[in-house]
Amino acid sequence: MKSFHFIAAAAALLFATPALAALNIFACEPEWGALAKEIAGDKGSIYVATTALQDPHRIEARPSLIARARSADLLVCTGAELEIGWLPLVQSQAGNPKIQAGRPGYFEASRQVTMLEVPSRVDRSMGDVHPYGNPHVQLDPRNIAKIAVALADRMSELDKGDAAQYQSRLKDFQARWQQAMARWEKEAAPLKGTSVVVYHRDLTYLLNWLGMREGGALEPKPGIPPSTAHLTELVATLAKQPAKAVMRSAYNDPRPAEWLSERAKIPIVLLPFTVGGTDKAKDLFGLFDDTVARLLVLAK
Amino acid sequence: MPGFRFIASASVLTLAFATPAFPQESDLARVREEMKDLKKNYEERLQALEKRLSDAEARAAAKPEAAAPPPPQASAPPPAPASPIRDAVNAFNPSISLILQGTYARTSQDPANFVISGFVPSGGEVGPPPRSFGLGESELIVTANIDPYFRGGLVASFTPDNQLEVEEAYFQTTSLPAGFTLKGGRFLSGIGYQNEIHQHAWDFQDAPLAYKAFLGGRYQQDGVQLKWLAPTALFLEFGAELGNGAAFPGNDRSKNGVGSTALFAHLGGDIGESWAWRAGGSYLRTGSRNRTYDDLDSTGATVTNSFSGRSRVWVVDGVLKWAPNGNSTVRNFKLQGEYFRSRDHGDFSFNTGGPAMTDFLRTSQSGWYAQGVYQFMPRWRVGYRYDALRRGTVDIGLVNSGALTLADFPALAMHDPTRQTAMVEFNPSEFSRVRLQYSADKSAVGGTDNQIFLQYIHSLGPHGAHRF
Repeated sequence: MKSFHFIAAAAALLFATPALAALNIFACEPEWGALAKEIAGDKGSIYVATTALQDPHRIEARPSLIARARSADLLVCTGAELEIGWLPLVQSQAGNPKIQAGRPGYFEASRQVTMLEVPSRVDRSMGDVHPYGNPHVQLDPRNIAKIAVALADRMSELDKGDAAQYQSRLKDFQARWQQAMARWEKEAAPLKGTSVVVYHRDLTYLLNWLGMREGGALEPKPGIPPSTAHLTELVATLAKQPAKAVMRSAYNDPRPAEWLSERAKIPIVLLPFTVGGTDKAKDLFGLFDDTVARLLVLAK
Repeated sequence: MPGFRFIASASVLTLAFATPAFPQESDLARVREEMKDLKKNYEERLQALEKRLSDAEARAAAKPEAAAPPPPQASAPPPAPASPIRDAVNAFNPSISLILQGTYARTSQDPANFVISGFVPSGGEVGPPPRSFGLGESELIVTANIDPYFRGGLVASFTPDNQLEVEEAYFQTTSLPAGFTLKGGRFLSGIGYQNEIHQHAWDFQDAPLAYKAFLGGRYQQDGVQLKWLAPTALFLEFGAELGNGAAFPGNDRSKNGVGSTALFAHLGGDIGESWAWRAGGSYLRTGSRNRTYDDLDSTGATVTNSFSGRSRVWVVDGVLKWAPNGNSTVRNFKLQGEYFRSRDHGDFSFNTGGPAMTDFLRTSQSGWYAQGVYQFMPRWRVGYRYDALRRGTVDIGLVNSGALTLADFPALAMHDPTRQTAMVEFNPSEFSRVRLQYSADKSAVGGTDNQIFLQYIHSLGPHGAHRF
């Protein structure tokens, strides 16, 4: 009897296909999973490939990701080479023509916004630079608003039957989002001009939105782990041009930030970075509520 | 559109100022005039735009929709056109990567005499790199989509002795429905786990002994591969390959039809957020006609042995990876192991130059390895590997009949090879790697070969996405 149960359970696991929804959505990062949920509602079955605790640059093309991409109708990813270390492999191994680059089933959020920090010169001596600009676009809510429009259009194109639902959910989301954005901007007004040290240059869009300044980065060059030599130099720089705090995203190694915080005598501010990065960042609204709340410590 | 005009006018201005000749007063006057024109022009256009905006707002306000979103905030400009991101990889500029490698080797035995005793020499590049400074293989990797239906790739390697080898040259479908993928050309076979991984991405300088003994280092197919991925949340993949069978353990038989058949199945998934795994089983069947190797008989005379018959290889493989919360940046661990079983069955000839003696050969041999690699802090990894081969059954008809003795086949001497390997790696960035490796290699009868390799692997160009 026990062995029968085991076999049944094994079979259930083996043949567990994703729920039958109108759109099977594979979100590369949690923020796009959350946005897809806002727009698709019950018409989308959403799988989120990575978590807020994982470095989005260092994901592997795990078998589970390939298996999930096999049945996806729509891939919602950042693009701009953020996923270059794993997504091309997932796409080529998944045996799914719908999600290949250039098809409607492959949606790149970064294409909908104006990219910051597009390098005029690209050379690996500059570290792991992204030739199309800084890909961490999700921390500017104005970008989310633009991406939402394009995503709703894409969903409507792929699933014409439910287009009305996607568009009406988009409208509802945009109304709530504009109100929330006005609130965040009002709350965060005292932060204007505040200088902070970042870990990786992954908060550029957030700082740009709130008019804050980046007073240095723990990584000597993008993608190169912090070294003692660089951190010592940074402490010296901060003595001349002080910053209010050192920022750390949920996925960053805490130690370099702790080291700097101790020596430069500035606090560490942990930011969720994406949905799921902190307990309160349960959805996109929570992400920005919590981000702004955590930053406001600096305004006191 | 206004953006374009702005850029155009800006470039006109830049050009105006960039003229190398020293500006005359009349030139300056003309530029001032032009700027005034531009300014006027822009003011007019701005006014027109403002009017259009206020008209639009008036129209929107006139509509009875109370639920309309609030008017755009100052901070929320109307959606800008999508940024003109170009593709890194496009049909005209394939993605090109170059791998540079080199070693400094110190070995207690001469690498030129490397053998794996007890096993038919595979003829592949299985020996350690030459002593002292040596250039490794430089690899050129070119991939791109061919059209909406295919992608293609070439992996060429330049060997230190100035040879060019085609490691892979394949096309792969991107548009077959229902989870199918077809690959054709020359490619690394899907059997085993490490076989499909390029040498520069291995965790050690050299291949496991089982790969060296049973597949000549790795198995390359000239043929076609069909894979099917099941539509399940669990990763379940089946593959079949048909090839010409020219690679060891087969050889080129100038035969019509299929020379080698390979089948494989892979299963994989996650365990919680921190663990990921893949397991597989593979079968390879191929054959040889007069596949030869040179040896010395019991009198020390050179002989050529040749095998004609059927070869089969079974592989069971598994890999398990751990990273806290799936974030491999700081710490991660990878455990990998494979078990091989190989059987040859056919005719075996012994030829000293006179009339050849022929009788049957039947072998049943096995081997395995297990290795663990641990990244204990960013940039640093350490690894350990254990290799073991079992000579198993080597049934030589010419020895059984009493015509010859086992001493006439020194390559097939009674020996179970083993090897222990340890390595430490420093990775300054994702694109560069320096590795120090030590092996105590008991592949051959008669002592341990102590091998020390200092190796660099640098990759130029775009990130090649690495296999799991």
